[in-house]
Amino acid sequence: MTTTQAPAATREALGPTLIKLAREGLDIVCIDADLGVSTTAAQFGKEYPERFITLGPAEANMIGIAAGLAAAGKVAWCSTFTVFMPGRCFDQIRVSVAQPNLSVKLFASHGGITVGEDGISAQGIEDLALMCSLLNFTVLVPADVVETASAIEAAAKSPGPFYIRAGRPKIPVIYGADHKFTPGMSDLLRRGSDVTVIASGVMVKAALDAAEVLASRGIDTRVINVSTWRPLDTYAIEEAARQTGAIVTAEEHLIHVGLGAMVAQHLAGVHPVPMGFVGMTRYAESGKWDELLEKYDLTPAAIVREVEKVVARKR
Amino acid sequence: LAYERPGTRAKVSQLSLFQPYSDEELIAATKRARRSIIEMVFAANSGHPGGSLSSVEILSALYLRIMRHDPENPSWPDRDRFILSKAHAVPVLYAALTECGYFPREEIYTFRKIDSRLQGHSKIGTVPGVEMSGGSLGQGLSYSIGQCIAARLDGRDYRVYCLLGDGELNEGQVWEAAMAASHHRLANLTAIVDRNHIQNDGFGDYERVPEEKRSPMPGGRVLESGYTANIMNLEPLADKWRAFGWHVLEVDGHDVFAVVDTIERAKGILERPTVVIAHTVKGKGVSYMENNPSFHGKAPTPEEKERAFEEIGA
Repeated sequence: MTTTQAPAATREALGPTLIKLAREGLDIVCIDADLGVSTTAAQFGKEYPERFITLGPAEANMIGIAAGLAAAGKVAWCSTFTVFMPGRCFDQIRVSVAQPNLSVKLFASHGGITVGEDGISAQGIEDLALMCSLLNFTVLVPADVVETASAIEAAAKSPGPFYIRAGRPKIPVIYGADHKFTPGMSDLLRRGSDVTVIASGVMVKAALDAAEVLASRGIDTRVINVSTWRPLDTYAIEEAARQTGAIVTAEEHLIHVGLGAMVAQHLAGVHPVPMGFVGMTRYAESGKWDELLEKYDLTPAAIVREVEKVVARKR
Repeated sequence: LAYERPGTRAKVSQLSLFQPYSDEELIAATKRARRSIIEMVFAANSGHPGGSLSSVEILSALYLRIMRHDPENPSWPDRDRFILSKAHAVPVLYAALTECGYFPREEIYTFRKIDSRLQGHSKIGTVPGVEMSGGSLGQGLSYSIGQCIAARLDGRDYRVYCLLGDGELNEGQVWEAAMAASHHRLANLTAIVDRNHIQNDGFGDYERVPEEKRSPMPGGRVLESGYTANIMNLEPLADKWRAFGWHVLEVDGHDVFAVVDTIERAKGILERPTVVIAHTVKGKGVSYMENNPSFHGKAPTPEEKERAFEEIGA
């Protein structure tokens, strides 16, 4: 699990992975809404110009074209920022992709507040609620660049629609190059018996750091990386609730419609335990991404605080 | 060929597995389609007869003369595609599909009913022959572009025909798609606009509104009937498409032979997509539905239904 790789942005996985998959023979077509340099999709366009369809910033059109390509047998990849997809084209995703269950793959980069300086219009903290509301979609939030590459490969080789959320900044790499991600499966990163932190995306590393601090305070913390938001790995979540008796979720997304809400809903029906939630509750602002995580409480310290509260409620 | 009228440029692909209709058969088929539409909407006691009736000649021309398709093999990769972007007019699509033999005609009476394959708006994976799931306006032209690009990448020569409502042209996505289709030089794409001047809330412009009811005020105006006039003006429509890089043709949308000839002419246009603006009458063929906004989305009564059958003559 440990790695010495330098920090990398999860979005950096897109271009190289699509090129690799196309070389393997997958019939990939990439549709671009004027952000291909940022999402790294343009790297694919350089290698396969005829399979790189430029549209300019016209996200609704992009989704419709992808649906048509998928209906004609192509593996259609759309990429832009989370605030524009699903933000700008939710209806098109719902009617043209989710309902007919077409093999359209959406790669939404620059998710969450770690977009940073661009400010709240660019900070997607609602996208996963929208995407998890759609049936047929598999919704993925990989924790680092290695897992993102693996998620892209899994999405490209699986039938049906996928949504992959990636981020802008270079974040620590937690997985070794041999990590293979399976959609629908969570990953147990640290064993523990007192409490479980269910984390996703950029919060996975924060959860691991929090677990170290908690260990020094005598709290044995289990850490699970839930990178598939839909379908949720309910088996692992229920097992964690039964075995550790308390859960804290950590996500770079609005709490009331996010991972915490989905985990709570599931546990309420099978095995309710004290729960705590780390995530967004308000719009943020411009600033450096790491300063924003600090100010808006998406930190190891916030996780430690929530864990101590739920552990106290157990007793 | 027997069905070709003198002087027409109509050609049917040698590869077509569907035997095109003769002139007489084509006319008879348009009447059957109109009757089927009324029967479907009456049986369901809901649905959209107006915009279905205005498109009858367009779909008859496509399915019975122009398109290369095979009802025995609906997923044939080389088939021409028909994309119903104005998916509320799905009765006219079901009428065309059952005419061709994609599904048994008796099934039209299940339209919009529970457990039916004939959904209220077109949906793929239900009845064979439906190419797109629709129901939210403005999405079909983009979807058609995807199919056209796939044809180009795969080296296939199929053509894609996309039917748009004129009210649907109020949707911005249509113009995103229009820009992209000419930019990517999709000569295998033909859009057809059902230009009937009426949409859900009333009249798109003042074209079909009596002079005395027109308002000097700019913008839309609610009439005494409760319907709105001048909702969103589209003119000059042909110039708009031209400005977006399209080849523009216009035709009387109720002269089925002229529709065949006009749509066929698009096959000779290279390097850019073609739009056929089909001038039509909403509710065409049923007098009390013609130019009547209330039959955009309403079923006829039993008496109205019988009168419709008499007028249609089928």
